[in-house]
Amino acid sequence: MKKNRTKQGYLLNTIVIVVLFALFQVLTAAMGGSGSFKLVLAPCLWQCCYLIILAASLNLVLGFLGQLSLGHCGFMAIGAYTAALLSLACERAGVFEDKEGPVFLAVLIGCILAAGLLAALVGLLVGIPALRLKGDYLAIITLGFGMIIVNIINNLPFCGQDGLSLGSASSSLYKNGLGFGSKGKVSYLWVALLVTLLCLVMMFMFIRSKYGRAIRAIRDDEIAASASGINTSFYKIMTFSYSAFFAGVAGALYACANATLSTSSFAFSNGGILNSTFIVVMVVLGGMGSLTGSIVAAVIMFLVNYQIKNGTWVTALPAAVQGVFQYPMLVYAIVLIVVIMFRPKGIFGSYEFSLINLGRDLKAVRLRKAAERAERKEAKAHA
Amino acid sequence: MSTFIQTLAVGLRLGSIYALVALGYTMVYGIIRLINFAHGDFIMVGGYTMIFTVPMATALGLPAWAAVLAAIVVCALVGMGTELIAYRPVRKKGTNMTALITAIAMSLFLENLAQAIPAIGPNPKVASQIFAAGGLRIAGVTLEYTTLLTIAISAVVMVVLYEFTQKTRLGRAMRCVSEDKEAATLMGINVNHTILSTFAIGSGLAAVAALMYMAQYPKIYTTMGSLLGLKAFVAAVLGGIGIIPGAVLGGVVIGLVESFTTSYISSSMADAFVFLILIVVLILKPAGIMGKNVGEKV
Repeated sequence: MKKNRTKQGYLLNTIVIVVLFALFQVLTAAMGGSGSFKLVLAPCLWQCCYLIILAASLNLVLGFLGQLSLGHCGFMAIGAYTAALLSLACERAGVFEDKEGPVFLAVLIGCILAAGLLAALVGLLVGIPALRLKGDYLAIITLGFGMIIVNIINNLPFCGQDGLSLGSASSSLYKNGLGFGSKGKVSYLWVALLVTLLCLVMMFMFIRSKYGRAIRAIRDDEIAASASGINTSFYKIMTFSYSAFFAGVAGALYACANATLSTSSFAFSNGGILNSTFIVVMVVLGGMGSLTGSIVAAVIMFLVNYQIKNGTWVTALPAAVQGVFQYPMLVYAIVLIVVIMFRPKGIFGSYEFSLINLGRDLKAVRLRKAAERAERKEAKAHA
Repeated sequence: MSTFIQTLAVGLRLGSIYALVALGYTMVYGIIRLINFAHGDFIMVGGYTMIFTVPMATALGLPAWAAVLAAIVVCALVGMGTELIAYRPVRKKGTNMTALITAIAMSLFLENLAQAIPAIGPNPKVASQIFAAGGLRIAGVTLEYTTLLTIAISAVVMVVLYEFTQKTRLGRAMRCVSEDKEAATLMGINVNHTILSTFAIGSGLAAVAALMYMAQYPKIYTTMGSLLGLKAFVAAVLGGIGIIPGAVLGGVVIGLVESFTTSYISSSMADAFVFLILIVVLILKPAGIMGKNVGEKV
């Protein structure tokens, strides 16, 4: 019965995804030419895609393994630079000319895979020494590694501090690399969506497998887990490197969506939203230990960020509030503190949203609320 | 040879600044087992306070460094406020990890709040001269007064702090709380007050470090504390976190490494070297140079 239900769930999800995807394709075909879709919606969707992958992949380490990693953007930087340099090299070698056709698609997929694999390899190299430590020390050491990665990229002769500059063509990733213009972003949007979906499926399967159970056991009690025969260092390093793989994939998508790369956008904290702290904010907001929570939080945080910068309603607010909105990180810091104080488990806690269980979960919530109400009434009657 | 001595002096000066900041980290970590990420930003708070108080001090006819007294008070208040508003409520409810995330959030909050305040703004500010210019010429090498004063003042502060923790009532209470909170409570120590005073002292030290830093690099900006704070934390870990002489030793070592890397290898790789040291130390001797390995109880 149980197994059957799981299968039904998978079937339902697949059907819903296929329907949504078909709907999306129809919509793109209908509106793909319009300016607002091309200039606003498509770039936003690209950004959402890599933010979702980033948040979900950090959640593997932060929420399921229970280790705070502050260098997640370092892996993303590796992915972004790998994909950008590789595609640039392909173009220089004449593998593809304009960004169309099956050859370019093959290069694109190859770049994304290579980005993920290299990030995973670095994650493995970082993880082996770093995961011998715990808690605070691990946070600091991953932060240090993130900085070293950015420092090394800065000092590589072929990717300078001012972005990618190979030979004489300075920082022109827009024209001749992987970076898409607004037209490319529309026509390859399905790649971004598909990659995001695949990544999420892989992460879900991971946390539901015996590996996922093992790392949750490690999070809850490392000593007890190791006493039960779980090889803690193996699982920790594997999760770390698995999570780095997805950060690398997100980096490759980032390289696609942006004309130029600059290492300053991958620093520990900066004015923009792409930094390791922002990813931590997304994971904490969504709930440490809930992948669906991370997805929701990534979309929410993206919308908040977008609205703060571009929303028309902002101009109607008093000047003081607008002044605060000039510094979005200030808003996120407050959000983070408030969430940690009043809802330390985030929006979803460790609850996973699922279509097939939706009815059951809603019923459970309703019953619990009713029970609480009855209890309160009884208490009042006693008083 | 003169380059070597010059580099040594620069390293010692940097090291004493790091040591002062590392002391704040080590004291707070020792007592509540929390990396206070916001500690680096207390330096920034001190720096900006002095931007405003130095002209006031000179207008009153006082020497410029007297402005540090106001900065110490402001920093101590900010430190205590951080503990009261953010750390204490979270510590009561959450786990170690949530406390750590709160610390990161506080650091971001302070940095960005400073930018949002109109009188401060995101652009760097330039501080006026604090110590007298010029220097001593010894054996063909010029040592600036600023360098000598920085090293001397830090040394004095460290000795006073060490004596304070060893001899006074409050200092002993701090050591008790860091060793065992429950037992300290049973002995009649007010744990919350002790933690609050630790924050006040640590943040005050950050203000002194800000004075030293400004005397050397008179540019003040809102994110100045983050990298400085991180390096100071590396220093604290290197020496053995929670141990006061360890923080001093770690600070000096990090300062020397940084200045020698800058002048003999490459200035852009200096930061990478500092973190490399941290990684090597944590792998070989996780408790730090002066720390003792403590077994874990099951």
